[in-house]
Amino acid sequence: MPNMEPKKTPMPEQAPDVRNKNFKEVALGYTAEMALNEAKRCLNCKTAPCMKGCPVNVHIPDFIRSIVDGDLEKAHDIITATNSLPAICGRVCPQETQCESKCVRGIKNEPVAIGRLERYVADWYMDGHEKKREAAAPNGHKVAVVGSGPAGLTCAGDLAALGYSVTVYEALHAPGGVLMYGIPEFRLPKAIVQKEVDHLVEAGVDVQPDMVIGKVLSIDELLEMGYEAIFVGTGAGLPRFMNIPGEGLVGVYSANEFLTRINLMKAYQDGYDTPIIRPKNVAVVGGGNVAMDAARSALRLGAEHVYIVYRRAEEQMPARREEIHHAKEEGVIFKLLNNPVAIHGDENGRVTSIECVEMELGEPDASGRRRPIVKAGSNYELPVDCVIMAIGNSPNPLIRSTTEGLEANDHGCLIVNEETLQTTREAVYAGGDTVTGAATVILAMGEGKKAAAAIHSYISSK
Amino acid sequence: MFPILEKRRLNDAMTLMVVEAPFIAKKAKAGQFIILRVNETGERIPLTIADYDREKGTVTIIFQKVGKTTLLLDTLNVGDAILDFIGPLGKASELEGYKRVAVIGGGAGCAIAYPQAKALHALGAKVDMIAGFRNKDIVILEDEMRAASDNLIIMTDDGSNGNKGFVTDALKKQIEAGADYDLVVAIGPLIMMKVVCDLTKQYNIKTIISMNPIMIDGTGMCGGCRLTVGGKTKFACVDGPDFDGHEVDFDEAMLRLRTYRDQEAEETREFNCRLMEGAKNA
Repeated sequence: MPNMEPKKTPMPEQAPDVRNKNFKEVALGYTAEMALNEAKRCLNCKTAPCMKGCPVNVHIPDFIRSIVDGDLEKAHDIITATNSLPAICGRVCPQETQCESKCVRGIKNEPVAIGRLERYVADWYMDGHEKKREAAAPNGHKVAVVGSGPAGLTCAGDLAALGYSVTVYEALHAPGGVLMYGIPEFRLPKAIVQKEVDHLVEAGVDVQPDMVIGKVLSIDELLEMGYEAIFVGTGAGLPRFMNIPGEGLVGVYSANEFLTRINLMKAYQDGYDTPIIRPKNVAVVGGGNVAMDAARSALRLGAEHVYIVYRRAEEQMPARREEIHHAKEEGVIFKLLNNPVAIHGDENGRVTSIECVEMELGEPDASGRRRPIVKAGSNYELPVDCVIMAIGNSPNPLIRSTTEGLEANDHGCLIVNEETLQTTREAVYAGGDTVTGAATVILAMGEGKKAAAAIHSYISSK
Repeated sequence: MFPILEKRRLNDAMTLMVVEAPFIAKKAKAGQFIILRVNETGERIPLTIADYDREKGTVTIIFQKVGKTTLLLDTLNVGDAILDFIGPLGKASELEGYKRVAVIGGGAGCAIAYPQAKALHALGAKVDMIAGFRNKDIVILEDEMRAASDNLIIMTDDGSNGNKGFVTDALKKQIEAGADYDLVVAIGPLIMMKVVCDLTKQYNIKTIISMNPIMIDGTGMCGGCRLTVGGKTKFACVDGPDFDGHEVDFDEAMLRLRTYRDQEAEETREFNCRLMEGAKNA
């Protein structure tokens, strides 16, 4: 008999006033009992609408069935047959707009907690149940993947499983892309990212860090080196600034810099050499997940007041509801319908305040969102010693500017064939944020998967 | 890991290392830099490529011991290896088409100015090299600079080599004596580059400087190294590090460079204490 409880089995988490002072993971994960209880809420629908919401087509009812049967190894095999990074997806996917949005149980009540169950299975596997992976029998073909973020890792994992000799080139010293430098430890522990990468290495993927493609080797040189196809998954890592006065002051960070210092360089930990400003009062400009991550990180560095300054209303915020909720619980103050116009500093060039104006919402614009309009004369100053700009990223121009014939659109996103993800160059494929602009981890993984299939069919038919 | 093949103390404060990095050696050009990380807990710091050997697959770096990371790097010896060594980064210098050039180096900046002089000289420009040091005992790369230029002028702050004054004094003297420079390249502390630019502006001589802001990734993903150039925000790691010196907001750059001064001083103090402890226990 299925469990007809209307709500999801709650997942234990650290209390807000405890967790906002440490970088440990907020959500603690299900126990075996909780997982079984939640797994029993799945009706095991024949049509499995949930699967249509998953960009990497995890066989959701099947793996949940295996949890009910007590066969976690099988559950893990089912998930990893289509998803190379389950411990990551279970944590950072916006399930509410993906798999769980299609769940039949969600029509009247809360959907099955698919993400939490996926995470449970992946964590169980990593917790002493790992099997030594064997690399697939080599098929004699070489493929290079540029960028080791979610798109690149997924593409590499799928190709290695088909027997390709895959080399992943990463510019930073650690693989993982945004999973390593962007998403904070308290949402996605770095040890888990490392383990997922280790699993791929076991499966035969060669990861080469410290290699800035476009500088140390060009795409054309990679082709000359005998790679038969290349997947470009270099993301959208070029931070935008607002171009308002005072952005050059000391204490103004891009969210990328602030988060890279914390996550990749571990500036918050004793014994690591990278410094970071430990601000008292912080304004984070923006309303996406990156803004929430930066605000919550600032609290954990010991800030007394952390403000989210966002020019629209809460309903228009692109961040996940769960992240907004977590940020509020932890004490982040939301200054909605507010927009910065200048940043002010002292004689040492350090930030002293951010000057904002109040906004009101006008008619919907081309994107369908109501356009914010400045309320005349509403200027005021918010005293802060740190400003973090989290207003979005664009694709880094390095690859396209060093590769002839590789075309991009006006936003700097690489142009691809939507079916095959082939770029305007033969044998060169691209996917993830470098094509779509800043989006989600799971969409990038979906594209990595699609590109792997396209590369396989391209090389097989040569 | 990137093995150290050669290490040479240039003076009390400066060290030269030849590092095995064949991919970088193959691509490096004058004006570019690398980012390195000494060990697992280390920070990423930028250093200019002082020289390279494409055949041997080596890259030469020269660094001044100014804080924890450079002190730590200096504890490594031939046979040790640097954990991460990434490059070549930044744009190569645009040095073609000049007839008569003054290349100015200040202190450790000579290590960066010297390959520029070498490249300009090889392109057929007549090169005056002006190098400034505090005193004659810390002069570095004298032979190399002499070989890379038509005329080497070494200035010391205290006159201990018989040539007292700042690099700007020598530059002004050269210009007034009729040296018709179509380019000045200045590399050294921000304040030195600023005063050189103030001078060359008076004579309307194009001046290229190499900026040295704080960097982390060095690939354009964080903007930590941003500068205001001609009123616009530029990232030194991808748009530079060379810029038109007459366009750069030096005052802002000097303030930004001091962002972590207190933390850096603390780290350096602790590191020196540990070194002393180690020496006592040895």
